[in-house]
Amino acid sequence: MEQAIELNESMVTRAREAAAAIADDIQRHIDEHTTDTTERATLRLLGITGVNEIDVPLVNVVVEHGRELLPGGIMPPFVDLMMRSSKSAQDVAEGVAKGALALAAVPRERRANVEQRATELAREGVARIDAVRRRRNELVAEVGEPVKPYVYVIVATGNIHEDCAQAKAAARAGADVIAVIRTTAQSLLDYVPYGLTTEGFGGTYATQENFRLMRAGLDEVGAELGRYIRLCNYASGLCMPEIATMGALERLDMMLNDSMYGIIFRNINMQRTFVDQYLSRLINARAGIIINTGEDNYLTTADAFEKGYTVVSSDFINEAFALRANLEPWQIGLGHAFEMNPAKPDQVVYQVADAQLIRQLFPEYPLKYMPPTKYMPGDIFQGHVIDAMFNFTGILTGQEIMLLGMLTEALHTPLLQDRYLSIKNAKYIFEANRHLAGEVTFRPGGIIERRANEVLQRAAEQLEEVRQISLFEALSRGMFADVKRDPDGGRGGEGVFRIGDDYFNPFFAELRAGRMSGAPVGPAPGRTAAKEGGQS
Amino acid sequence: MIVRPYGDTRDDGVIQFSFTLPIPYSVKATDVGKQFLEKLGFRDVGIAECKAIDPEFTFYVAYGRTDTGIDPDQVKGDYLEVEEMDYYAINKLIKEKLGRKLVVVGAAIESDAHTVGIDAIMNMKGFAGNYGFERYPEMDPLNMGSQVPCEQLLKTALERKADAILVSQIVTQKNIHVQNMTKLIELLEAEGVRERFVLIVGGPRINNAFAKELGYDAGFGPRTTPLEVASYLAQEVIRRNPK
Repeated sequence: MEQAIELNESMVTRAREAAAAIADDIQRHIDEHTTDTTERATLRLLGITGVNEIDVPLVNVVVEHGRELLPGGIMPPFVDLMMRSSKSAQDVAEGVAKGALALAAVPRERRANVEQRATELAREGVARIDAVRRRRNELVAEVGEPVKPYVYVIVATGNIHEDCAQAKAAARAGADVIAVIRTTAQSLLDYVPYGLTTEGFGGTYATQENFRLMRAGLDEVGAELGRYIRLCNYASGLCMPEIATMGALERLDMMLNDSMYGIIFRNINMQRTFVDQYLSRLINARAGIIINTGEDNYLTTADAFEKGYTVVSSDFINEAFALRANLEPWQIGLGHAFEMNPAKPDQVVYQVADAQLIRQLFPEYPLKYMPPTKYMPGDIFQGHVIDAMFNFTGILTGQEIMLLGMLTEALHTPLLQDRYLSIKNAKYIFEANRHLAGEVTFRPGGIIERRANEVLQRAAEQLEEVRQISLFEALSRGMFADVKRDPDGGRGGEGVFRIGDDYFNPFFAELRAGRMSGAPVGPAPGRTAAKEGGQS
Repeated sequence: MIVRPYGDTRDDGVIQFSFTLPIPYSVKATDVGKQFLEKLGFRDVGIAECKAIDPEFTFYVAYGRTDTGIDPDQVKGDYLEVEEMDYYAINKLIKEKLGRKLVVVGAAIESDAHTVGIDAIMNMKGFAGNYGFERYPEMDPLNMGSQVPCEQLLKTALERKADAILVSQIVTQKNIHVQNMTKLIELLEAEGVRERFVLIVGGPRINNAFAKELGYDAGFGPRTTPLEVASYLAQEVIRRNPK
């Protein structure tokens, strides 16, 4: 296929090779460590749910109880206890919480039987995820697949019932993906809250019950509209693999799931985040979930024109980690953003260059394009126009997941009518320019081609420098987002454990074994007439 | 002098509206919107758009005229009147009148995870072409970032012998910012150190009157530049520390 910009291919190769080496280096560290949330996710994958009498999740209680045994993994002592007590995983977890049962190291003579039983249980856990993924495939085939780009909007009321009402309204107005923003600071909780919630600050708690309620609401409205409506949440923070597990079981379709976001923006310990992202992504890979990465955030702290290359280099790093976690390209929604200062002459020309560059670097990936936030004015009319230029840039450069900007971005969480106006803006621009991208190539040697190659070159050079000094060192020098982090500092470092020779966790192998492949496919043409989104 | 909104003629009183009513669209929806605006006291109401944005909600764009006017000279309030200075003048003032660096500690406190406000004021880069405090040679700023407990902020301010504490509150849902701001004041008072610091708060829902009501020395709203805050700080700290 003819490319809109002529890129320096040798630079692309250099960047990708450097990113692969960076990820391999970190992957060795990942493979030598586990974390408390990794072990808790393992228990959740066995089907354990619920909390004790003071609202501590049972998986936290069990992992705390077995803390001394964690270098060997929670699975062997836990499964041994299941076998010794002839109880289910849930009953054993409850027994441990009540103090009636106690975890202990597995004696050598029982080891082989325990490992065999643990492997069987892991297969059953993975089969539950597969069943959910098959259900998604069936529903998409039955209900209908939206036309890309997906229109992605956010709800954030704090109350799951209100969220459901707003999400349905947004879907009826034309949204294809609903993200439920989490309550402020959930990313720093070292446990996942339990049950339905109606109070939150700046968002709604991510709980398994809230996931289930929103999923049911979106299935209902999707059937009504003839479009499968996707649900997105955040497998980030201190509980990445646990949230991924909940999402896999409750049929979320997308997850914010970055390999470095928590380190840079939430000051989470970097060793912890790298270990956590791995299992969370293996789970997302198995579940057929599309991950979104968070490079857009870099440009809220660093300047989008000067530091645009850091987004590209981070996309290469996120790609490398994602491929190592068994994700397929269609599942890797690399992020970038429209954050240059609108007062800059040729702002949109440079945005087009950066967006087109990323499109061409990652051709099979469903890129997630983030709207302007930093320079959005209180003048909502002007804001609406800036959002229109974002939508135009998105459709011109073939972005696939468009997180819509809101004209009231600078003011408050979106009103019902803000979301409606924003969707209307996007739908108009997407339809009005539906085939524009295929009609355009950019002038050789022009501003766009020069800018794209310059950003690419700086990204490749940055990646080669990171490869020299290691990613840990690069993060401590503030090479991404201008934020510096200490490799041993940050939250959650106490939950990282070097694994012993006897570490055993069959999920890592079972999540890879015999995974389904490919994206869900909509109905064959002519079988179901999908209704028009929105009302005209 | 009384003034009224200006559409295209003096005193025509034209105002534009957009709002949503929680009613399904129907043939009478236009009149519902029109009569609602008339109840508010507007005349010559014109409904430009009246549309279902959901089965349960109708969105309006409308115009109306008002006879109500206002005399700007009668508007009184607790405004922060600061002589705005430029970057060089501020540094010069601190150097000459304070004779040492002006020490500032800033943070987004408690539950607030958003650093965009505090970064705009304090970080080197600043905001809207205005350098942040880190660029000022005569300032010694520390930006502690987000989700900083009040206790930790106070401890750091005492250790560094700060002249001023800068608090940012971005997330305001369910008035959490009021709780956070009050907590800091109560802590400072309990420790008996309130008077040691010039205490400033900024955020999208903050204004000077509101900040003073809660016990702060000054409050800054949206789109405040580092220059405005630095001008105030330099003048206020020098006022409190006469040579």
